[in-house]
Amino acid sequence: MSRSERRYPDEEAGSFPEPPLSFEDKEGREIEIRPYAEGEFEAVVEMYTDFAPADRAQGIPPATESRVRDWFENLLEGLNVVAWHDDRAVGHATLVPDEDAHELAIFVHQDYQRAGIGSKLMQGLLGHGQANGVEKVWLTVERWNHAAVNLYESVGFETHGTESFEIEMVLRL
Amino acid sequence: MNVLLGIGGSDDSLRALEETVERAQAAGDDLTVVVLENPESDRATDEIESRVFQTLEDAEFSAEVRQLSGDPGSQLVDLAEREGFDQIVLGGGQRSPMGKIKLGHISEFVLLNSPVSVKLVR
Repeated sequence: MSRSERRYPDEEAGSFPEPPLSFEDKEGREIEIRPYAEGEFEAVVEMYTDFAPADRAQGIPPATESRVRDWFENLLEGLNVVAWHDDRAVGHATLVPDEDAHELAIFVHQDYQRAGIGSKLMQGLLGHGQANGVEKVWLTVERWNHAAVNLYESVGFETHGTESFEIEMVLRL
Repeated sequence: MNVLLGIGGSDDSLRALEETVERAQAAGDDLTVVVLENPESDRATDEIESRVFQTLEDAEFSAEVRQLSGDPGSQLVDLAEREGFDQIVLGGGQRSPMGKIKLGHISEFVLLNSPVSVKLVR
């Protein structure tokens, strides 16, 4: 689907909390979500180099440390939020500029999945996006990844294109 | 091996061209290059075809070059079956701003419908 053909919902998705956000996850761990700050690069790289291969999607995160570094460096042009358990980065979500819109992706380390962190991280990212004037967000997701599709729908994403292996979803902030 | 390379002008298809010519040369494959009308690409078919000739000339390799009009995926699958090719080669997908791989519509159709092995070049 070319970018100019992408149609966004008319209605805004509502208001999202601006990070920092703190909460206790379902395992009783104290988690903090903050916008990415300088000096946190290595902690995020460490999370990604330890990422479960089965949790990769559509070729990301890359499989080797040097490619993780290049890839994450590029994402810093956009808006990034990180979920922390003490000093350990356990989740990351990003909005990468794409013409007049932003492409979204979110990752949670395998030791911290199914604990409610993805949902909070997503809200924190969208809150950070709203605070920085982001209006249109899109993403693609593999169509068999039901957990991710449910998460995206829960914050208001609508399915846009389903003709291919991935589903394309759109949101207006 | 009798190899059929389909290219529609996207950047990944041009990478596939370079690599497939190199591979065919090393392996002694017979190569046919088909220029497809890819609605997802901005490059004109004639421009793509001259790129193919240039690549072959630079490599000093000869291959048959054809243009196929109409629906690219089904035309390519049909040609592979009709003329007994051993393998179809295509570009391995474009990356989004985020770095996610996205397969083109031609690749998706060919992967699901080809009677012969399909190779995607990264």
